[in-house]
Amino acid sequence: MVWLAGHELRLGWRDWVSLMTAGRRNRARTVAIALIVFAAFMHLFAYWIVAGYADATVGSDTATLVGVTGTLVLSWSLLLSQAMESVTRAFYSRSDLDLVLTSPVSARKIFSVRMGRIAAAAVIIAMLLAAPFINVLAVLGGPRWLAAYGVVAAMGAVAAAAALALTIALFRLVGARRTRLIAQVVAAVVGAGFVIGLQVAAIFSSGSISRFAALQSHWMLAHAPDTTSAFWWPAHAVLGDVRALTAVVACGFALLAIAIALFCARFGDHALAAAGVSATVVRQRRWSLAFRRRSPPRVLRQKEWTLLARDPWLISQTLMQILYLLPPALLLWVTFRHGDSYVVLIPVVVMAAGQLAGGLAWLSISGEDAPDLVASAPLAAGRILRAKIEAVLGMIALVFAPIVAVLAMDALIAGLVAALGILASAAAATLIQICFRTQARRSQFRRRQTSSRIATFAEAFSSIAWAATSGLAAAGSWTALGPALAAFGILVGVRAISPPPAR
Amino acid sequence: MHSPAQAPVTTKTNRRPALAVRGLSKRFDRPAVDALDLTVYAGEFYALVGPNGAGKTTTLRMVAGLLRPDSGSIAINGIDALADPVAAKQVTAWVSDEPMIYDKLTPFEYLEFVAGLWRIDARTAEARARDLFGWLGLEPHAHERCEGFSRGMRQKVALAGALVHDPKLIILDEPLTGLDAGSARLVKNVLRERVAAGGTVIMTTHILEVAERMADRIGVIAGGRLIAEGTLEELHRQTGKTAASLEDTFLTLVAEPGVQTVAAE
Repeated sequence: MVWLAGHELRLGWRDWVSLMTAGRRNRARTVAIALIVFAAFMHLFAYWIVAGYADATVGSDTATLVGVTGTLVLSWSLLLSQAMESVTRAFYSRSDLDLVLTSPVSARKIFSVRMGRIAAAAVIIAMLLAAPFINVLAVLGGPRWLAAYGVVAAMGAVAAAAALALTIALFRLVGARRTRLIAQVVAAVVGAGFVIGLQVAAIFSSGSISRFAALQSHWMLAHAPDTTSAFWWPAHAVLGDVRALTAVVACGFALLAIAIALFCARFGDHALAAAGVSATVVRQRRWSLAFRRRSPPRVLRQKEWTLLARDPWLISQTLMQILYLLPPALLLWVTFRHGDSYVVLIPVVVMAAGQLAGGLAWLSISGEDAPDLVASAPLAAGRILRAKIEAVLGMIALVFAPIVAVLAMDALIAGLVAALGILASAAAATLIQICFRTQARRSQFRRRQTSSRIATFAEAFSSIAWAATSGLAAAGSWTALGPALAAFGILVGVRAISPPPAR
Repeated sequence: MHSPAQAPVTTKTNRRPALAVRGLSKRFDRPAVDALDLTVYAGEFYALVGPNGAGKTTTLRMVAGLLRPDSGSIAINGIDALADPVAAKQVTAWVSDEPMIYDKLTPFEYLEFVAGLWRIDARTAEARARDLFGWLGLEPHAHERCEGFSRGMRQKVALAGALVHDPKLIILDEPLTGLDAGSARLVKNVLRERVAAGGTVIMTTHILEVAERMADRIGVIAGGRLIAEGTLEELHRQTGKTAASLEDTFLTLVAEPGVQTVAAE
């Protein structure tokens, strides 16, 4: 068991390193330096956020307990989302399943260890993410805050247990074929939903985007349980109550142990069912059973649209990128609804267009599953690329045309500015993806951001610059030229530092 | 088109080059292909054999227009493939060892896509597609998404895609890798039929028996150079082993002093 656990941990570690370095060994040092810088930045950020709470003590008032508990629940929802992703991945990656099941080791033992590895990963991720905040609080408020590490570890364990239970419940309810998609969508919604929900509540209750505003509202405080309730144990534990800490840690890991004991026998069956999903047949219905006459660029565009339309997971992954832009959009709308609200809505839409175009451009240009076929076709490389760009911009037009149309009906200039901003932002993001194009499978979409961080940052800054340009232009300000120049500067910089195309 | 099972196997060539490669070179960190000269005649089945890393795949990828050579020339059916790659690709098909198809498309849609890329008339392409589906046993699966297909099925779809535009030159890189006996025989029959109909096939393979049985001529490549070429008898004569198998002849040829392999593939 110990040897097996070591083996699993080694695999997990290598997977993580590969994710961080995008599989390139020479990046290890750069990644290590980036992580150190990131850790330092996170400690500064944590200082800015939590320094004022370092004096909170055991037996605090309801407001403090609500604040701490709310933060824990928020963090736990993110952990649950992460754990569900890990569990789904473990079920659907066939990898060593055949070897494992044909080996003379009890499958229950093996899957217990595997589930333990998922839980360990959830716990470690939880502790790493919480570390800057806990460290800052411990330095400012005393070592009692270190108890929070125990609470966070217990939260990771409970998240892993809940993820296992939820995923196995999905297997039983909807079957292996649909579980992957539903689990991934649920994971994304759980992760984003709580944050977005709190922000929306905060915006409507006090006009602030802060999550804490909703947690400190009168309604919340009035309906909170008494401070002696067991409901507050995790909060008391975070604040240094050793008895509460012991109870929370014991309960957390007991739940995990129960989940592993209950589900380890079924893990193998479900993993086998998941591995067999690719062998199931999907018949495709068509309106016409004859070949259609189409030009090469049109068949390329149509292919891109068909592949995307038939992959709900990719749709959810790409659209999820713009989900986080909803709260700021809502805040801007609420804040300025009595004035010239378009000025503040347009930047959000423009930025969303850039982000969406970046993802779609990666899928279309880098995520080509048959690159040899397309490259050996009798078409100039430029025409192929142009058709793919058209496919991306076509999808952007489809998503954003209704918004632009509504804007234009109410204020023609605002609609025009929004349309131009969306076009510029989407085109810039697409050009950045062209400069950093690589060859990958579409299924590697989630790793695109680690394969080129420069492209990721350039894409984000370019979208921001075009959003600012559009907002200022909609307000009729000449200062719009500033961010527009910055956006062009980003493109020039990207072109200069991008790797030469492979020959 | 004839049914492949009834198609006669031809060994005749009319000596018009379908592929003429001169002084072809490609260097990665080491030379992968080194001043290679190669001629394949129209209506010929040519097998390119060699040890791992000999430069076979790199050579064929350059011919298919997937890699740009550092120097040299490639002419396909008399078309300068480096000066006019689009015209050269119009008459060429490429099939790699790893079938690259789209999981979310059906074989029918895949062939429609390929026919569109090669600007083949829709009706003609559809008729060819139906013939190919029949020959390759894909008919019952024509409207199923490829994501559930076995490797053999995927390779057959890729081969159908390569043939749907009726290429003059078919380039195949280890097309039989991972295929079961039945699928391999189907693929071999289809290729034989193409050659019988006047098409040209150039194929790399590690299965020397396939080269021995199917090829009109065999080229042996090592260290990025063509070290021997000819019919089976001619190769035997070069090594002085007249009664030997191709395997013996091949091992003798690649074991000769000065023959080195590179790991650039």
